[in-house]
Amino acid sequence: MPDERKVCLSGSGLTKVFGFGRQKTVAVDHVDFSFYEGQVVSIVGESGSGKTTLAKMLLGLISTTEGEVYFQGKKRDISTQKKRLEYWRNIQAIFQDPFSSYNIFHKIDAVLLDCINMRGGRKLPYAKKVEMMTQACAFVNLKFEELTNKYPFELSGGQQQRLMIARIFLLKPKILLADEPTSMIDACSRATILDMLMQLRGEIGMTIIFITHDIGLAYYVSDTVYIMERGKFVEHGTADEVILRPKEAYTQRLINDVPKIYEEWDLSTVLPYKYGG
Amino acid sequence: MKHTIRQVFHSGKFVFGFSIFVAVLLIVIVYPLIITDPPLGIISQGTFFEPGIYVNVYDSIGSERYILNLDDATANRIAGRLGDKERLDMKEWLLAYGIPESEIDIADTEQLLGLWENHYDPKSPIAGMTNAQRNYYIRLDASLGGLLSTEGAIIAVNNPDTGTLEEKKVVGQSDYVNVGQVANVRVLPLGTDNFGRDVLTELVKAAGVSLQIGLVAGIIATLIGLTLGLLAGYVGGLVDDVIMFLTNLFTVIPGFVLLILISYSIGQERRGAATVAAVIGFTSWIWTTRAVRAQVISLRSRDHVNLSKLSGHSIAYIIFADILPYIASYVVMALILQISTAIIAEASLSILGLGPRTSEVPTLGLMLNWAFIYQAHILGKWWAYLPVLVTIALITFSMNLMNTGLDQVFNPALRE
Amino acid sequence: MSKVMLEVKDLTTKYITRFQEDIYAVDHVSLEVEEGKSLGIAGESGCGKSTLALSLMGYYFPPLHYTSGEIIIDGRNITGMDPDDVRKSILGTEISYIPQSAMNALNPTQKIIHFIEDVIQAHEPSQTKEEIHELARGCFESLGLPASVLQQYPVELSGGMKQRTVIATSVILSPKVLIADEPSSALDVTSQKMVIKMLKNLMEKGFIKSLIFITHELPLLYNVTDDIMVMYAGQIVEKGTAKEVVFDPLHPYAKGLMGSIIVAEEGLREHKLTAIPGVPPNLKDPPSGCRFAERCGYARPECQVLPVGLRDLERGRAFRCLHLEKELRDAYRREGELNAR
Repeated sequence: MPDERKVCLSGSGLTKVFGFGRQKTVAVDHVDFSFYEGQVVSIVGESGSGKTTLAKMLLGLISTTEGEVYFQGKKRDISTQKKRLEYWRNIQAIFQDPFSSYNIFHKIDAVLLDCINMRGGRKLPYAKKVEMMTQACAFVNLKFEELTNKYPFELSGGQQQRLMIARIFLLKPKILLADEPTSMIDACSRATILDMLMQLRGEIGMTIIFITHDIGLAYYVSDTVYIMERGKFVEHGTADEVILRPKEAYTQRLINDVPKIYEEWDLSTVLPYKYGG
Repeated sequence: MKHTIRQVFHSGKFVFGFSIFVAVLLIVIVYPLIITDPPLGIISQGTFFEPGIYVNVYDSIGSERYILNLDDATANRIAGRLGDKERLDMKEWLLAYGIPESEIDIADTEQLLGLWENHYDPKSPIAGMTNAQRNYYIRLDASLGGLLSTEGAIIAVNNPDTGTLEEKKVVGQSDYVNVGQVANVRVLPLGTDNFGRDVLTELVKAAGVSLQIGLVAGIIATLIGLTLGLLAGYVGGLVDDVIMFLTNLFTVIPGFVLLILISYSIGQERRGAATVAAVIGFTSWIWTTRAVRAQVISLRSRDHVNLSKLSGHSIAYIIFADILPYIASYVVMALILQISTAIIAEASLSILGLGPRTSEVPTLGLMLNWAFIYQAHILGKWWAYLPVLVTIALITFSMNLMNTGLDQVFNPALRE
Repeated sequence: MSKVMLEVKDLTTKYITRFQEDIYAVDHVSLEVEEGKSLGIAGESGCGKSTLALSLMGYYFPPLHYTSGEIIIDGRNITGMDPDDVRKSILGTEISYIPQSAMNALNPTQKIIHFIEDVIQAHEPSQTKEEIHELARGCFESLGLPASVLQQYPVELSGGMKQRTVIATSVILSPKVLIADEPSSALDVTSQKMVIKMLKNLMEKGFIKSLIFITHELPLLYNVTDDIMVMYAGQIVEKGTAKEVVFDPLHPYAKGLMGSIIVAEEGLREHKLTAIPGVPPNLKDPPSGCRFAERCGYARPECQVLPVGLRDLERGRAFRCLHLEKELRDAYRREGELNAR
């Protein structure tokens, strides 16, 4: 049982600046956070809030301008390829567009085999690898023997995204970063994806960080919600706290702007026009 | 892959361009196997022989004779020697001599010749006639000898014992030989050039050499462009800055000027076909580098590249497996373009005399160079340069057509 | 009994592919929109809702072809009209259409007012420039957009503002019916809210007499339209008032769809999201029976084979299923009890 008070990933003063001089953009502005083991966190922000940049920094795909990231209490060190590999055994990602996550020239088997190799299974006999891949596919309700030797374009969007989850099943990282994992999936298939992710979290105690603009989704899945505006975290707390009883004006406005069906959706709070807005 | 190839061959433009190109290639490869003469061999004494079928006169005398009675034979014979210009000149002389116009009918050959024979006197003074004109009329008179006679020509051989000419054979005016039975007949579809070489054989060889130079130069340029573009685009940072600096340097100095300078400084002796190809290749990689770099920059932030990184692949693997296949189609098109521009670059260099050494192999540009130096265009000897231009045009046209076809296959937005 | 603004009877339209195959993207669709009312068309990607929008206007260009059915706008039958005539006499004045991401169609080198001039002069050449300016100013101010926008270039405006400009322009000539296809899906939530508010205003202020709103986002439809129609694989599978369809769906697909709505409200907490396995059928070769049968949890063997029509209940409520209303309700109730345990 993962210790839910144990900090898995945290950051202090994390900043990313693009460009320099008068044209510099501060995409992420001195953010602090602590994510715990087994927690489901959502980082909610509109486009341009910096959430994708933050996600890439947490993954170690882009460098940080200032600030530190701590993994399991220790300062993160990804200065060499070896150290990066070690870090990526513990943190993985699922991206928004399932199709573009694949190399269209490779068969889908390659994706799963890469995971087995990353976990040190390169020298395993092929039969054992097939067994592992079949098990991973079964977890996401796919049949490996039907998918083997197929190319990504032969699968549907839902199947592609589920295969990405199978990949996570094989890798069993401590942290999963899911960047809008359901925004390009049909409404009827969304629940499947979310359920599978939650199941993974239940089985291996994985921390899930959702990056999304959909506050409804954040409310449905998360324990904790962070609201991001223009590179800063303006509010965070449990899902109920932030969404049902928001404290900050930005959060309140964000919640009011989302259509409601159980309560009355107050359209009168549309702000008057400002130049440039 | 198979699907792509099928799509490619569905594209009308590609197939058309490809057929022309393959046709040129086949000719370049098959022709020398049939006609084995050395392309730079000088076969004529004299310059710029017109295109035509050249029949050995000595052999035709000895060939079997056939008698054909054709109605227009006589008229053709006379027309060959006495054309309209000559008739008008004769009329002019006769008028100046004092014959009234009503008696002169240039269409009536017999009458005209009769008048001429009766009245022509090289010494008779005609007012206002220059010396040159006088000489012209003397020559004209000489050439008219025996025009109306129906006697054949007599072939006589020198008798080594008696030292006199002995009549051997008479060639009648209705005697014909079958060209196929004459021992030595040479077809020169494109005549000869200023040196006396068979233009067609030379052209085929030159096309082959130019294509090779183009291929080598194109491959060198594309390889350099691909490597630099990949490094600059993917690695970025300082590497990108250095490569971009180099590229800008080469952009500011016009490629062609650079080419000329390098060619000149190498000197004639060291400038073989391979060297020229290398020089062209090493100065024309700029466009490809820029284009590849732009593509790679857009590719490197794609999800599948990020996923590859997260799966622990090395930079080398990512460049070869995740980036290169995505730009492959682009690189193929770039290669085709580089080859066709290299061919033209070589032609331009050679026209200026800075191409490969002239004594070893002909290239398309060299042929143009010789034609212009020896003033073929002024003299109206079109066969020395026009076929070369057409060949260059055909080769580059077919390659560009293939490129457009490929572009439409790989970029569906361009399809009609 | 209000006047019917738009009446569509049994409309069928098809796409003809490069390989001469027929794809019936809109299959025997009938609908009716009365004056003062709005209709929402809901469905996921590929169900045919955007094709339906184009078909409703009578604006057919290959590969889209009209097959059968009638379209009547305010009593005027426009079936089979030439697309050019449609453009000249119907578009903009009787029916107006806002395609998805319409804001991207604004010419970046033209001021908004010039764009509006072009639009109006294309449909009513008799108007002078001053009249147009007056009209535009009045319309914009009435809809809460400042008149200063008219003198700006598209690049100076935000996404939400551009979309609202386009919507305002499309109703300047007071068409009877406005068809909006995903008007807000490319915008952030705040801009989306502004667009929704404006759409509601349009009917209140009398710029349009009826509205057809097409989207895959059901919470939006619930808040904007009076009635909702759910489409699946080119057919209507459920019709009714917004409240009925969202909170009391009958057709199994509609039920699954409503069950997958996520909102940021407390009411969501007790609710488990439903998922429907499988994918919609290929319209090149649709099944002869119910098109949803292979994914349906309540399907009987005959569902895949027997043709299914719309079952009409009272007051415009309808659903397409071989089961009776009572059978479906019983099945849903039993399932609800099972899930609660």
